[in-house]
Amino acid sequence: MTSLPEQTDRKLGLVIDLDTCVGCHACVISCKGWNTENYGAPLSDQDPYGADPVGTFLNRVHSYEVQPDQGPAQLVHFPKSCLHCDDAPCVTVCPTGASYKRVEDGIVLVNEDNCIGCGLCAWSCPYGAREMDAAEGVMKKCTLCVDRIYNENLPEEDREPSCVRTCPAGARHFGDFSDPESNVSKLSAERGGMDLMPELGTKPVNKYLPPRPKDSWQGEVDVLAPWLEPVAQEPQGFFGWLDKALEKF
Amino acid sequence: MHPAPSVIIFTTFSGLGLGLLFWLGISPDPHGGWVGFTFFFIAFALACGGLAASTFHLGHPERALKAFTQWRSSWLSREAWSAAGALAVMGLYAFFWVLLGIHIAPLGWLGALLCLATVGTTSMIYTQLKTVPRWNHWSTPALFFALSLGGGALLAGYINTAVFLIALSGAVQAYWFWQGDQRFSDSGTDLGTATGLGSRGKVRAFEPPHTGTNYLLNEFVYVVGRKHGDKLRLISLALSTVLPLLLLLTNPGHLLAVIAVISHVTGVVVSRWLFFAQAEHVVGLYYGKR
Ligand code: SF4
Ligand code: SF4
Repeated sequence: MTSLPEQTDRKLGLVIDLDTCVGCHACVISCKGWNTENYGAPLSDQDPYGADPVGTFLNRVHSYEVQPDQGPAQLVHFPKSCLHCDDAPCVTVCPTGASYKRVEDGIVLVNEDNCIGCGLCAWSCPYGAREMDAAEGVMKKCTLCVDRIYNENLPEEDREPSCVRTCPAGARHFGDFSDPESNVSKLSAERGGMDLMPELGTKPVNKYLPPRPKDSWQGEVDVLAPWLEPVAQEPQGFFGWLDKALEKF
Repeated sequence: MHPAPSVIIFTTFSGLGLGLLFWLGISPDPHGGWVGFTFFFIAFALACGGLAASTFHLGHPERALKAFTQWRSSWLSREAWSAAGALAVMGLYAFFWVLLGIHIAPLGWLGALLCLATVGTTSMIYTQLKTVPRWNHWSTPALFFALSLGGGALLAGYINTAVFLIALSGAVQAYWFWQGDQRFSDSGTDLGTATGLGSRGKVRAFEPPHTGTNYLLNEFVYVVGRKHGDKLRLISLALSTVLPLLLLLTNPGHLLAVIAVISHVTGVVVSRWLFFAQAEHVVGLYYGKR
């Protein structure tokens, strides 16, 4: 049913730390690897070894330059996947009921057997989180690795989304935002977790942690700095004589 | 947005066909016999042809019936119901009148209402999208209604009504074109809000996530022909509005009327191409584009 649930029992989602992400794209690759062989249709590529390769991905990493009024520019790597919005427009536009938000954990999924591939859900998503698979003609999106997080065949430490498990920098965190004591709720509260395009009213569950401000040298003196001051301001001895002698020319 | 031919054909011709069916449905003294048959045939051919074209852009047209299930929440599903209802009721009305000679006026009114509902729900599929500021405005349904009813009146041969409605649709169209240029910046969405980094400085897309293209860029960031936008707008207005009006005001015979129809339809096709090609989706911002 493509009406949204009034509320969900839990709110599973990700915290993405823009301060920590190094832009290595490991999450992109691990996501494609896991999801092409698990939930639903594979993530196909067209012309993968040719001149114009294109393919379906559920997670992509952009890079932005932020130039403040003062000081040096900052480079921010920006991973983007479905934000599992509370007020998900992609769910309500779907004519078939293929797109839905789960009551038990808030994950937004596509039931591919019902999807007619009309593409309207991708049109309604502001974040570009949905891609139509060109080979299967059905809509693909992040499942929050619903086939890992509850999977008892996997060792405990692997029961989190593939991107989170893979990130070598620890820039991605998975948890339940409905619990104020969860790792993700605390992180988001501590670091000022942000919504993307809040003005569109989608109420994303995933939060982004802003990069910390860059260091600056203005007004800051290192405690050791005084010890590094030049000791002799005036040359003495032979160099003193030489200095004075040369001045006379 | 990518101007897919199937969607342009769908919205243009189903709009025209439904507009014609509307006027046939409310006519107090419709043509009977062969003339009536011809009118209904043209209307159904346009409406059904357009609606059939809309299934060509589906990834799985064989599952299209599932689109009837979510009418409570989805405008696309509501459109499927109104379209099916309009065609069924108008089909029945035409059957009784043209073949049996029995004019059941209330059936025609109900069918006309369903035709309007179909045009309205079609326009809402686009209007509801906050992600495309150019469409997300009351003037989008106004434009769809004006073009459908104006084109329908022209096809039905209601000259006076057609003159009025085509002039009106031209005005709405012009407003929609030029006022629409404002709407993206009015929406307040930019790369700053898209990344949440806007408060820290000027945000610039530095490196895209992929070297080639992808579904998102092909579907949502269509830039071909943008530089000819203004010229195409004038061509569209000249063909859809100005020329038909001039012809209609000369009290035309059949031949000139046919030319007026062809000109109007061509103008609407150009307008629909621009409707998609000039619509910018907010996702383009992530790629530093619009
Ligand atoms: S990010 Fe896009 S696809 Fe995911 S829930 Fe929100 S609107 Fe839907
Ligand atoms: S593409 Fe599939 S999931 Fe998306 S709106 Fe259409 S039917 Fe629903």
